Amino acid sequence: MSMTITEKILAHHADMPRVEPGQLINASVDIALANDITAPIAIKAFRETGAKKVFDRERIVLVPDHFVPNKDIDSAMQVKMLRDFAREHDLKYFFELGEMGIEHALLPEQGIVLPGDLVIGADSHTCTYGGIGAFATGVGSTDLGAAMATGKAWFKVPESIKFFFNGKFSPYVGGKDLILYVIGDIGVDGALYRAMEFDGPAVLELSIENRLTMANMAIEAGAKNGITAPDKKTLAYVESRAKRGYKIYQSDDNAKYIETRDYDVSGIPPQVAFPHLPENTKSIFEATDVAIDQAVIGSCTNGRIEDLRVAAQVLKGHKIAPYVRLIIIPATPLIYRQALREGLFEIFLEAGGIISPPTCGPCLGGYMGILAKGERAVATTNRNFVGRMGHTESEVYLANPAIAAASAVKGRLAHPDELR
Amino acid sequence: MKHTGKAWKFGDDIDTDAIIPARYLNTSDPLELKKHCMEDAAPDFPKKVATGDIIVADKNFGCGSSREHAPIAIKAAGVACVIAKSFARIFYRNSFNMGLPILESKEAAGDIKSGHEIEIDMDSGEIRNITTGHRFKAEAIPLFMQELIADGGLIAHIKKTL
Ligand code: SF4
Repeated sequence: MSMTITEKILAHHADMPRVEPGQLINASVDIALANDITAPIAIKAFRETGAKKVFDRERIVLVPDHFVPNKDIDSAMQVKMLRDFAREHDLKYFFELGEMGIEHALLPEQGIVLPGDLVIGADSHTCTYGGIGAFATGVGSTDLGAAMATGKAWFKVPESIKFFFNGKFSPYVGGKDLILYVIGDIGVDGALYRAMEFDGPAVLELSIENRLTMANMAIEAGAKNGITAPDKKTLAYVESRAKRGYKIYQSDDNAKYIETRDYDVSGIPPQVAFPHLPENTKSIFEATDVAIDQAVIGSCTNGRIEDLRVAAQVLKGHKIAPYVRLIIIPATPLIYRQALREGLFEIFLEAGGIISPPTCGPCLGGYMGILAKGERAVATTNRNFVGRMGHTESEVYLANPAIAAASAVKGRLAHPDELR
Repeated sequence: MKHTGKAWKFGDDIDTDAIIPARYLNTSDPLELKKHCMEDAAPDFPKKVATGDIIVADKNFGCGSSREHAPIAIKAAGVACVIAKSFARIFYRNSFNMGLPILESKEAAGDIKSGHEIEIDMDSGEIRNITTGHRFKAEAIPLFMQELIADGGLIAHIKKTL
């Protein structure tokens, strides 16, 4: 009986020979993740179950990344709850400031999530780990609290949609542009309740970082998960990081999809999502009359070393426009040190940017770069909802790191070729 | 169980930042959260919403983040039920886990306007627009989720089995 990769991972974790879309299953989780916003409620839920011990001290991951370094007293109190809980249960993975990075960049980097895993996280962008061939999905804090006690969670097996990419990439086009293009095509509920499977020669040409970026934004199309089956690149990426065993799954040739959508990447220019929904996408070439006040390069979508390299390559030898702020946020301490070693910080600072410690910060309008009324930002993040980065009358334009960097120099949305 | 309340109508894709903006997430206290419920979508909502009111929305209600603060804020504001054409996946799941009643009906959400008097029957899934006189039937709730509700939510359900 043929199954998709998503169905295979779910079946394996439910201890069943096969599963079908629509079926409700109770499955074991490999990793349960929460952050400083969602863990406090999950910890309360865990206590209410009456459980005395977590199901496995090595499989619960707490990452205080949203408002950390603590932005105010309330945030400090929330993080303290995580720290106290980690001590009480002797959790293997609690990330103190200095080790802490943005959760969805940190977990693959540290080899905590692996191919074939079933991962739940009390954070909607948990779907990121599909980039290395895991089934990963966001849940609420109560689900997470229950899973910390039992090691299990219930799921409705989703139908799968296959997104198949062919063709040759245009310059400065990567995973971010493909996923924005798809969301522009199918809408913010275009994959509601479903699994998005990314496949095809063009996707396999992408780096693991870029595949993580694509899976990261599956939730922006309403999907339950996004996934790309592991290949040689995936194995090379996880080999040196994995500290436990893992399993590789592939979709069967005759697996059932509710729909298959084909794309030719040759015709896809760099994309920009206009306010206030990720589906409002346009080609950068139709967007160059939008003036900006701030550029943010970072987040779980595009804060990895490759993203910083691309930004530095575009910014090298340029200064950002007057009255524009450029904020660079390496997503993890490792990325931070790597960027420092490679001399990228020198380029960012020369250009007039600032470098933030790893944090979610402005991505969700927390702190470290909040927008005033009427201001506009270009950001490599994943959401541009009303008020997402500050005032309800501010605006966020989503783009890839090369576009964000070029736009900071021009003071308006711009393609890197304009800097030549 | 029947309930009657006044409708607040919203459009498509009401996201979790509109339901409860991230700038207030340095706490999970329901009394704090309810002060800002829906304020980025309808600034007067937190002040004017009355206990027993019903939120009605078009497609993809609750899209965006996984924050349970969203159903918590709605519940704390006194809202008795949310009716929408469709719900975002995590919001749907959270609502059941938290005990916030939600009903999915394209037709009802299309018919109801702000200020209409609405009667709902959670057991049968029946929705009646008293103002227009129209009746609707919501999507059936999966058996497993009915069990969750019967047990009093996910935590109570786990307690039973642990
Ligand atoms: S970087 Fe932004 S989207 Fe990613 S986890 Fe942090 S707040 Fe969420």
